[in-house]
Amino acid sequence: MLYGFSPMTAGSLKVFGLDVATDWRAIRSRIGVCHQENNLDPDLNVRDNLSLFARYHGIPRAVARRRIDEILKFIGMDHRADSSVSELSGGMMRRLVLARALMNEPELVILDEPTTGLDPQSRHLVWERLAELKARGITILLTTHYMDEAAQLCDRLIIIDHGKILAEGIPAELVRKYAGHHIVETGPVSDELRQFVASRNLKHEDLGQRIIIYCDEDDGLYHEISSRFCTGNCILRIATLEDVFLKLTGRALRE
Amino acid sequence: MTRQPISITARFIAVWYRNWIVYLHTWKVSFLPPLLEPILYIVAFGVGFKVLIPNVSYNGMQLSYVAFIAPALVASGIMNGSFFETTYSSFVRMYYQKTFDATMSAPVSVDEITTGEIVWGATRSLLTATIMLAVVSAFGLVRWPYALLIIPLAIIGGLGFGAVGMVFTGIVPNIDMFTLPTFLFITPMFLFSGTFFPLDSLPGWAQRVAMLLPLTHLSIVCREICLGFPAGWSTLWSLLYLVVFAVVFFVIALQVLRRRLIR
Repeated sequence: MLYGFSPMTAGSLKVFGLDVATDWRAIRSRIGVCHQENNLDPDLNVRDNLSLFARYHGIPRAVARRRIDEILKFIGMDHRADSSVSELSGGMMRRLVLARALMNEPELVILDEPTTGLDPQSRHLVWERLAELKARGITILLTTHYMDEAAQLCDRLIIIDHGKILAEGIPAELVRKYAGHHIVETGPVSDELRQFVASRNLKHEDLGQRIIIYCDEDDGLYHEISSRFCTGNCILRIATLEDVFLKLTGRALRE
Repeated sequence: MTRQPISITARFIAVWYRNWIVYLHTWKVSFLPPLLEPILYIVAFGVGFKVLIPNVSYNGMQLSYVAFIAPALVASGIMNGSFFETTYSSFVRMYYQKTFDATMSAPVSVDEITTGEIVWGATRSLLTATIMLAVVSAFGLVRWPYALLIIPLAIIGGLGFGAVGMVFTGIVPNIDMFTLPTFLFITPMFLFSGTFFPLDSLPGWAQRVAMLLPLTHLSIVCREICLGFPAGWSTLWSLLYLVVFAVVFFVIALQVLRRRLIR
């Protein structure tokens, strides 16, 4: 919808102050899009994939050639310029999709789950590059199911479930607001622990086999719980976005 | 939802160009069928049928059987060149390779993609026709310089059949379904559009049906060009038919592909 691909059912939408319904061409030439699936052109090699997009954007050939060299260096693939796409690893394909989205030097980059299915090394490389783009002043809009990715990369975050905005804000603040400072996770759960949690009126979530207790800073709860009630394993950890997400969207499996 | 106006700029050339650079990598294989097909037909019919059919009379001309079928073979080459490009090949790009989805994240419209694909189909027709023309000329079956007109004709015919192919690409649910238009549309036309026998040997009603088919008109114009216009100006009607046919199916293709690609 943002780049004028899917028609809107209602309302209006503006990007850079331009209407997506009428100015989609101007908008698309100022943004870069990374789709979730690798839709690189398998009939073309790495360099041709990029030069074709330069052509779609109407970039002069000499400029395109220079930019392709720069971008391939940026994603660490300058030695693979002549490889065919089918020879690339999953991580390289993702990086090439990102490279393709950067061909027009966009002001806004839209990424749909950019690191899904990647090995940790490739994932960190993508994150590093995105951080660099951010430092250059490029706006990045990304969707992800990985909360660590969101916490790493985002300045501002929106949690959406079934088309409704559930929470919005800076990641660290969202964590503090919805999940507290740290978390005590313990199991199996004894009745005494349940009584203790109820008597202290603690924020918690009872999962049957395990219980998750949301704690504030320096409240000493962990020591109390682990020494008095812990029979199995009792963990103290920092609250994360994942806790916020699960708390807000529930633990039921999504269809 | 508002209807977007038709949006075609010169960027469709970039879509065409993508197919062209891929073709440049595979041309050694792609140019073989149009080279070998007419040779096979000419040898088979020229040698095999010679005994059965000594001469064919066409518009007052007495032609050898191969001289009669050669121009129609070029016509069917024009048809196949673009039709099979915008059906199977375009469908693979659209459905399996997601090429069109990627293209649309750049400032290229659906209409430009459709146009680029159809023009590319016409380019395949042009390449096929040129190669086939060289082969039939080598057998001395066409008249020069009239035969040069085959080139613009290949573009017109190629746009028409390319547009029809693109319409099918926009509506078929999967690639196996292309067997239907091939066997219900392409093969019958190849057999009954005056390719292998003059239309006037058919009963009246069958002649009228044949006159509705685009390949009939493409064959008529091809034959007229190759033989130096024995029928004169009446050929223009067939040419007009081909132009209208191309325009109508081009417009339908634009609509059908919009419905398929915009979700």
